[in-house]
Amino acid sequence: MSSAHVVHKKGSLMEEMLDQRHLTVQKCYQCGKCSAGCPVSEDMDYPPSVIMRLVQTESKANEDKALRSMTTWLCVTCETCATRCPMEIDIPGVMDFLRERSLQKGITNPGAKNIISFHKSFLDSIKQTGRLFELGLVAEYKLRSLQMGQDVNLVPSMLSRGKLHFIPEVIKGRKNMLSIFKKTLKKGGKK
Amino acid sequence: MAKIGVFVCHCGENISATVDCHKVAETAAKIQGVEYAVDYKYMCSDPGQTLIKDAIKEHGLTGVVVAACSPRMHEPTFRKATADAGLNPFLSEMANLREHCSWVHDKGEVTTQKAIDVVRTMVAKVKHNAPLEMIKVPVTKRALVIGGGVAGIQAALDIANAGHPVVMVEREPSIGGHMAQLSETFPTLDCSQCILTPRMVEVAQHPLITLYSYSEVIGLDGFVGNFTAKIRKKAKSVIEELCTGCGMCTTKCPQKKISSEFEQHLGVRPAIYTPFPQAVPNIPVIDRDNCTFYLKGKCRICEKVCATNAIKFDQEDEIIDVEVGAVVIATGFDIKRADFFPEYGFGKYKDVIDGLQFERLASASGPTQGAIRRPSDGTVPKKIVFIACAGSRDPAKGIEYCSKICCMYTAKHAMLYKHKVHDGEATIFYMDIRAGGKNYEEFVRRAITEDDANYVRGRVSRVYEKNGKLIVKGVDTLLNAQPIEIEADMVVLATAAISNPGAESLAQTLHVSYDAHKFFAEAHPKLKPVETNTAGIMLAGACQAPKDIPESVAAASGAAVKVCGLFSKDELTREPLVAIVNRYPGPLYSTCVGCFMCQPVCPYNAIEREEIKDRSGKVIKALAYVNPGLCQGCGTCVALCRSKSIDINGFSNNQMYEEVVALFNT
Repeated sequence: MSSAHVVHKKGSLMEEMLDQRHLTVQKCYQCGKCSAGCPVSEDMDYPPSVIMRLVQTESKANEDKALRSMTTWLCVTCETCATRCPMEIDIPGVMDFLRERSLQKGITNPGAKNIISFHKSFLDSIKQTGRLFELGLVAEYKLRSLQMGQDVNLVPSMLSRGKLHFIPEVIKGRKNMLSIFKKTLKKGGKK
Repeated sequence: MAKIGVFVCHCGENISATVDCHKVAETAAKIQGVEYAVDYKYMCSDPGQTLIKDAIKEHGLTGVVVAACSPRMHEPTFRKATADAGLNPFLSEMANLREHCSWVHDKGEVTTQKAIDVVRTMVAKVKHNAPLEMIKVPVTKRALVIGGGVAGIQAALDIANAGHPVVMVEREPSIGGHMAQLSETFPTLDCSQCILTPRMVEVAQHPLITLYSYSEVIGLDGFVGNFTAKIRKKAKSVIEELCTGCGMCTTKCPQKKISSEFEQHLGVRPAIYTPFPQAVPNIPVIDRDNCTFYLKGKCRICEKVCATNAIKFDQEDEIIDVEVGAVVIATGFDIKRADFFPEYGFGKYKDVIDGLQFERLASASGPTQGAIRRPSDGTVPKKIVFIACAGSRDPAKGIEYCSKICCMYTAKHAMLYKHKVHDGEATIFYMDIRAGGKNYEEFVRRAITEDDANYVRGRVSRVYEKNGKLIVKGVDTLLNAQPIEIEADMVVLATAAISNPGAESLAQTLHVSYDAHKFFAEAHPKLKPVETNTAGIMLAGACQAPKDIPESVAAASGAAVKVCGLFSKDELTREPLVAIVNRYPGPLYSTCVGCFMCQPVCPYNAIEREEIKDRSGKVIKALAYVNPGLCQGCGTCVALCRSKSIDINGFSNNQMYEEVVALFNT
């Protein structure tokens, strides 16, 4: 009788999230527990609960605000919010969705440039070797972000503890890894 | 010679922490007339009571003063203990050392002295106490139920099924009340009429229920167990005994364009009509204000088509008296309408409607057969806005309370709308969602997650018309008051639930109290929720405060139980602390001069005229007589009596005087 005809606004983010990822943003009743427990919410432009409300309104302008927000990029996916959410909404999943969509549309927050550079360098390293090659990650990140001096004082101690290797370790199934990346990107991702 | 016993209670530490109880007892023992005085940790405990009983027997006490807590707390306890020891229970008094002394003063000599003074006054009083007997009054085991909505129906059926006759009075031509108007009910979405109409029929067919429809209670005299209700049966212009309910008259009536009250003025009815097809009783009435015959003296078509000659144009209102023992008020509620919301354009724009009108639109038996259509042009609204808290929680509009039912019925309305208009958009502006009740919160969540009702937190500031659309201006307070403007096709206001227009005058007729909003007042908000301050008159349903169906029904069953409890005894006993006019042997008979100044000031109509006649039947003297069944012992008549002929049992002028004098004789 009832559940048969859930009609969200055609093409709204809320509809897409529900259809594609079973993300139930419409369940959010704005209690604010996610924002209250979020370790980085103070640095966010919109706390997680406001992101939920922006998406709930199904208005293009508000969706745009969510997509262009810094929040999604500051989210460290610690899952504290999801663990505590009374409505069992996968909030980090929503953040993931918004990150991907903003990349696809090319409307990422300008302040997130370096964060995105780090994500890309990290994934490139995995793609190439199947494992994280720290020195390669550092090199690529520096090239992408031009943050040459960032964190250099950590190098000596990392070297002495054997945290930085000069030669990458390569996994056996590199081909499989490549095909995982290929398949994933085919599905609609954008790098 | 008085022999008074004084029993000082420590109440654990409640009294003894600030009052030297032992000293109180010692000092009390020295008061003239006190035979025995003692203090004890808990006077109300079993050993404490035994102490009192033994002392009464041992010392042959003629009066008892228990110096302990408030008489509200333990007076019955100690009266019973006194009676158990063979003394009249009304020879026992309480001196309130707890609420009046220990709880409100610091520890010290003065506090103890005050306690001694309080005891002294009560000793002085109890010396003048007279033994009293409980008043016994007979009970008429018939109940009057005022109002035939779901609460009245439930109360009537419960009482009748317990074996007591019931008289039900309904103002409208049919019983059913607001529930008969509803489409589907939350939180189960079962059809309102489908669950109500069988109960209505049960009322009509019950051998113990007498139904007076199209009638009103215009007077109530008497007291608990012995009321006389005056009922006006308004002229239906139809002889009920002859009418078969064939409906020919309503079909043939040429005057068909009268706005229907039952349809909330979204539909029409003829001048001779039943409010709705399942009406109980199924007997039409003629609306004399709109009938062509009454207006122009011509027509009489209904009379011609009636096969049983049941039409009687010159029928008159009939006034009948009914003896009842208890009354259940179940007159229900109304909702705010008309020009109460100028900012929302109500009454100005046809497509701004109230919740009850939406119920009629959504009802399968309604003016649109259940299709949601705009009253203005009959089109299906594609965008609909519901405004909750329209008038409720709005002190500026004079209604500071929450109407309680709107959150739920608005969620239901949005659901019903989405079930009927699949591609429609339903937006609800709310302040809070108050869904306290079994399965209520789940219901509201279902409206949001399954039926996609778009909830926006914020109060709408204005609704106006522009290019055939209703522009609703509000904000989303969850997004920093982001402005929202919706071009709606229809706006539904969840207007405040208010008391019935006739509630105030009915309350005055029945002598029951009501609150600032003209809702009937219960005797105690928690512990006596279905009783009024007037003994024998109960409350059921939304006449007391906004209530939903389950609550109304529960209250009605509660009221029915109270009535049945009253009827379970053949006579009622009550405390004899009532006013009494003094009586002496002839030729004085009484100091009452028969001025009857006391009569108009009595709030309970308890004062009657008594005539003293000689052997030949000639009236020698007219005296005031206080009906002990009605008197509540307020004392207004005592204060007013010019010849000091009235006194209150247990609180006589003499007793009060002695109390005061005792304070000076320390």
